[in-house]
Amino acid sequence: MRTRIAYIASNTFREAVRDRVLYNLIAFALLLSGAAILVGQISIEIEKLVVINLGLTAVSLFGVVIAIFIGIGLVSKEIEKRTLYTVLSRPVRRWEFIVGKFFGLAGTLVVNTFFMAIGVFAALFYISHKFVPADALILVALYFIVLEFLIICSLALLFSSFSSPLLSAVFAFSLFVIGSFAEDLRNFAGMAHGFTRWLATGAAYLVPNFSAFNVISSIAHEQPVAAQLVLQNTLYALFYAIMALSGAVLIFEYRDLK
Amino acid sequence: MPAIEILGLEKTYMVGFWRKRPKCALSPLQLTVEDGEIFGFLGPNGAGKTTTLKLLMGLVFPTAGTARILGREWTDPSVKAQIGFLPEQPYFYDYLTAHELLEYYGQLSGVPAKQRKPRVEQVLQQVGLRDVQGVQLRKFSKGMLQRVGIAQAILHNPRLVFFDEPMSGLDPMGRREVRDLMEQLKHEGKTVFFSTHILSDAEALCDRVAIIHKGELRGVGAIEDLTSSVQGKVEVIWQGSQVPASVKALGAECHVTGDRVRAIIDEHQQDAVIDALRRERQHLIAITPVRTSLEAYFVEKLRRAETTAGSTA
Repeated sequence: MRTRIAYIASNTFREAVRDRVLYNLIAFALLLSGAAILVGQISIEIEKLVVINLGLTAVSLFGVVIAIFIGIGLVSKEIEKRTLYTVLSRPVRRWEFIVGKFFGLAGTLVVNTFFMAIGVFAALFYISHKFVPADALILVALYFIVLEFLIICSLALLFSSFSSPLLSAVFAFSLFVIGSFAEDLRNFAGMAHGFTRWLATGAAYLVPNFSAFNVISSIAHEQPVAAQLVLQNTLYALFYAIMALSGAVLIFEYRDLK
Repeated sequence: MPAIEILGLEKTYMVGFWRKRPKCALSPLQLTVEDGEIFGFLGPNGAGKTTTLKLLMGLVFPTAGTARILGREWTDPSVKAQIGFLPEQPYFYDYLTAHELLEYYGQLSGVPAKQRKPRVEQVLQQVGLRDVQGVQLRKFSKGMLQRVGIAQAILHNPRLVFFDEPMSGLDPMGRREVRDLMEQLKHEGKTVFFSTHILSDAEALCDRVAIIHKGELRGVGAIEDLTSSVQGKVEVIWQGSQVPASVKALGAECHVTGDRVRAIIDEHQQDAVIDALRRERQHLIAITPVRTSLEAYFVEKLRRAETTAGSTA
């Protein structure tokens, strides 16, 4: 069972690696990190701040685009192209397929993040000519970005298990945008009354709280991140991803592959 | 133990956007396929052949009914390790090469790592795909993809193979090779269940066939039984250019072609015709029972089904 999931994950990873669009996106993200150097040079005395801010934002944004772009097609394209028929007619359970796809995509994003992070650190080294201990905080921000990707992967898979790639993209991207403002939504729920309060509170807790993962700005200002937040975000991301993945499995288990 | 027992499998889809209405794709189907036979599942396009195969593969869920494959519940995952499946017009991961794809399917089917590589080479040879190392599937022709499809279906040495329109997209040589392969599988003791609407393939290959039309089973049986339904007729062939008057008098349907005469007569007239030919010193070449072709049987079944549907409407 575990090996079958690993085989599916590795094939998903191979598919992503052989997709040219992926390289375009990574190249673009690296280019943006490079551009951060230029912007940094015209921002007197805050070069480092600009490089970290722009670089990590590029890693996060392009990672989200890659996660959504690849994730939305993971199941629906396999159904549409009927590649699934020759997989599910083997001793592969449907849930193994979904979980394998998730790990494949998550693996792809971790590897991408690694390469994009090298770009950010290279840009940082270019302007500072050295690393300081506070730069290690960037790793925390990168870890949070990866956690964010896990949630997005699972959501993209969830949508992909019942709708078309286009609709899945719209749903996943909308949730990402709303989730980035989840904190504001919670504040609004606190101020609202009656039915609106009930509705806003429900929505605020249902959408993924991506704002809790965004520590780029504070890290750029060399402010430390509390260990409690790291633990909290880890548990939250795992819980949310497992929930979304379970939803995807549940839908896919009973779906007719016409 | 039968290889396949279909016990009332039935599928109804809900169609329409706002007002959903049921559409029956497969009426309750009862069918048994014996171990070691080549079984043809025949029907025109849209008859329900692919739906049946998808139900057996667990790709769609039945509205009612059940099935047993190789003596076990068809939903049992362990059954799938012993079956191979070629879907209709197969499409594969086109970023992979044929070797990579088969290696992947071998992994999923539980083929031991050590045996995988030689087995991949062997099946690629078997389906006539040579010199394809390093070529991605996106560069394969339709016929080559069909061969890859057949290769993946037999890769893990299954006991039972399901082929959905296996000859589709193949040239005459390719079709011949697939027919040979299916016979070889039977020779190895495997059961082959294949759907087709090319009747000549079924007639040449199958031990038994079933005919399905509009989701309903219209007939099932051995090819010889289905094609011997022109009861009591024999074909007599002799050398000559004229039909003796005594044979004409029997009301025989005669055709003269070159120096041969073919006559279709009733079976009980056989002796009388032979005597007449002997008297006339004609050289008898052959006497064979007349069989309907599978095509004639098929068309007749479909016509009858249409008539029944028309009269009940």
